[in-house]
Amino acid sequence: MKLELDTPAEKTWCRGCGDFGILTAVKRAIQELVDSGETRHENIVIASGIGCHNKIVDYINVNSFDVLHGRVPPIISGMKIANPNLKVIGFAGDGDAYNEGISHLVYSAKRNIDITMIIHDNEVFALTTGQATATSSLGFSTKAMPKGNIEVPLNPIHLMLTSGATFVARGFSFDIKHLTSLIKEAVKHHGFSFIDVLQPCKTYHDTTQFLRERIYYLNEKGHDTKDFRAAWERADEKERIPIGIFYKIERKTFEDQLLKGKIPAYEKEIPSINHVIEEHI
Amino acid sequence: MLDEVSLLVGGKAGEGVRSTGYIIGRILNRHGLNVFIRDDYQSLIQGGHNFSQIRSSSKETWSHYEKVDLIAALDQKTIDLHEKELVSNGRVLFDSEEVKYCGSGKALSIPLLKMVEEIKGLKIMRNSALIGVVAYLYGLDLTKVNAVLTKIYREKAPKNLALAKKGYEYAEKNFDRIGEIKRIDRLPKPLLTGNQAIALGAVKAGLKVYIAYPMTPSTSILHYLAGHQDKLGLTVVQPENEIAVIIMALGASYAGARSMVASSGGGFALMQEAISMSGMTEVPLVIVECQRGGPSTGVATYTSQADLKFVVNAGHGDFPKVVVAPGDTEEAFYKTAEALNLAWKYQIPVIVLSDKHLSESYKTTSIDENNVSKEEVKMANGGGGYKRYELTEDGISPLAFPGTPEAVIKVNSYEHNPSGYAIDEPELINKMQEKRLRKYAQIAADLRSRETVKIYGEKDADNLIVSWGSAKGAVLEAMKLLKRKFKFLHVIYPKPFPVWEVEKHLDKVKNVISVECNSTGQFASLLREETGFLVNKKILKYDSRPFDPEDLANRIERVLE
Repeated sequence: MKLELDTPAEKTWCRGCGDFGILTAVKRAIQELVDSGETRHENIVIASGIGCHNKIVDYINVNSFDVLHGRVPPIISGMKIANPNLKVIGFAGDGDAYNEGISHLVYSAKRNIDITMIIHDNEVFALTTGQATATSSLGFSTKAMPKGNIEVPLNPIHLMLTSGATFVARGFSFDIKHLTSLIKEAVKHHGFSFIDVLQPCKTYHDTTQFLRERIYYLNEKGHDTKDFRAAWERADEKERIPIGIFYKIERKTFEDQLLKGKIPAYEKEIPSINHVIEEHI
Repeated sequence: MLDEVSLLVGGKAGEGVRSTGYIIGRILNRHGLNVFIRDDYQSLIQGGHNFSQIRSSSKETWSHYEKVDLIAALDQKTIDLHEKELVSNGRVLFDSEEVKYCGSGKALSIPLLKMVEEIKGLKIMRNSALIGVVAYLYGLDLTKVNAVLTKIYREKAPKNLALAKKGYEYAEKNFDRIGEIKRIDRLPKPLLTGNQAIALGAVKAGLKVYIAYPMTPSTSILHYLAGHQDKLGLTVVQPENEIAVIIMALGASYAGARSMVASSGGGFALMQEAISMSGMTEVPLVIVECQRGGPSTGVATYTSQADLKFVVNAGHGDFPKVVVAPGDTEEAFYKTAEALNLAWKYQIPVIVLSDKHLSESYKTTSIDENNVSKEEVKMANGGGGYKRYELTEDGISPLAFPGTPEAVIKVNSYEHNPSGYAIDEPELINKMQEKRLRKYAQIAADLRSRETVKIYGEKDADNLIVSWGSAKGAVLEAMKLLKRKFKFLHVIYPKPFPVWEVEKHLDKVKNVISVECNSTGQFASLLREETGFLVNKKILKYDSRPFDPEDLANRIERVLE
């Protein structure tokens, strides 16, 4: 059944923005996940932080929470803890995920909670008119740093590998077919899943040409997604840029261990406290 | 017969001082007596100086007293520091092998360590022998001592029971009794801390998810709920920091589980953006703030009431919120339950404001779980066309949770239209802001049928004492000591401020004295802001210690001179 995923909200992204590619891929992935019986329309919740990316919640007709800057991982983690039947997908920009909210991202990977984080990584704070983020390259010149960025960029794939993520991938906003399949795999993964989506910012950091010339599929050269060392090395490639699933393993999830089948949101019973009071007499 | 007793147990951190004080309190409580215990400890693991002040009486006991009739010293420092607090005919009980005493009080020397050696026990078990001595001195039943020790030490109980007996018999042979405490014939009540009462109250109003990061003096809620999570049907999580704590809790609330968080001033400061978001997104949440000495890191293990104005004004922007400040363990139970109900009825953040003195002091408490319920909330009927922020007359939009077929629940921290989509238009901004604020009128109307203030003392007295939070205990004890007649107005809800109740009591009095543990008179200032009334006599304390009833009574006398 074709889902009604469009909304009345007017799209306010710049023409040619990479966010459009991500939006299309997400909608396709949601349709296919519901079609395949992986989840139901009403059990999907998406969340976004603050930045150009965050408007995505207004453009998809599913449950959503537009939270604060950097706080996407904890908001969807809280939902998952209260109701593990929900499929929760978080969107964040590179500034959102790797600057303001980096501790949350690291901890979500560490605890292997079953949430999906999709990062719109355009290497710049765009909505605030162009400042350097955690992934901006050395020397990147902005209004806030007219003499150029003097910090080295962070490698998100390395960060997630070292944090204990069990699904680590990279996509490209203009390879919609590939990105759709990555998102489906990430949502289906039982555990923390992460996709760093390389995305040009047409206005403040247009990398379209640069990325198109360098991107290739990880598995073109063959890649074992269970091999941590191989994942680490492939994430280090600089001349060409591989996209695809770097690493994917199974590990017990946070909520399975915490809840043991319980669904807090469905629990209506109020326990008697008399047996506890008795301990204090 | 003794009407009341006050004693102090002191020693180094790690020597079991606090648990000894607590056990003595439990034993007194088992005799039908009312008990109050204040623990004084420092921010360290071993060494330093810890002490417990225990007050017990057949009458309601609201506070510890600085003056004690017995000091039980596990180390020399206890005597050096506290001898000045001994009443004129007081006694000093100490371990003859570690402590020397030749002061004005009556010395009760006991070979505690020798007793431990005789039964090949651990050094820390000497506390049980000390407990046996204390039991004899106050004419307490050894069977009740044994019952409490058995309940607490379980498999380790036999050696502790043997030591309690040794202590009791040694005292019987060598010392005179201080006296027998007058007992009352009633079923024993629980001896609870404010934090335990907060935890239990929340559970009775439907708490399902508790999330916290450790910070004294809120940590004991985390420990208590985590320790009882299976018995109380809870999920307890300790995430990476306070920001994650509150955001996760909001995620859990959005998904349909009643959630709560707690911290102290510094951690609460980190939660501000999320408190504001709770107001904007209308996702319910209860936040417990246990104040400690401040500002900044402050005095971590001591008390203060200096966050009142910060908490009342928490979160940026205008949005409805409620602040409730219980004054004792019973109020902590009932008002935390009320906080959860208000948060969910009105889809707002509600802050329970406590402090170290309430959160960590023990008090004999009367609570009845049948007096608390999970109140009804306005739920959507389900189906299509659901609008999370539907404009309604009372400002309350029906709730629905993700997973509801055909309902799309869009929640937004950005200003939004009734469907939850971001907007910037001025007319719609006004509409949405006014919708949220309409809830405030509903809350104020609701609170008129709940207890927002308490009145004590003489109805027609010329002198009115006003106070809030844990300062209540010392005020009530001080009133027992004062010759003059007082009326005492205790305000439980700092926000919305119960002007309708408070104003009734301000007119006909000659003097209004405010009592609070901060250095600027924040409550007096709030009273002025809300009622226009100027308090002319302020009694403030800001050394991070709670008021002592005798000292407070003297200060009240002085301000009236």
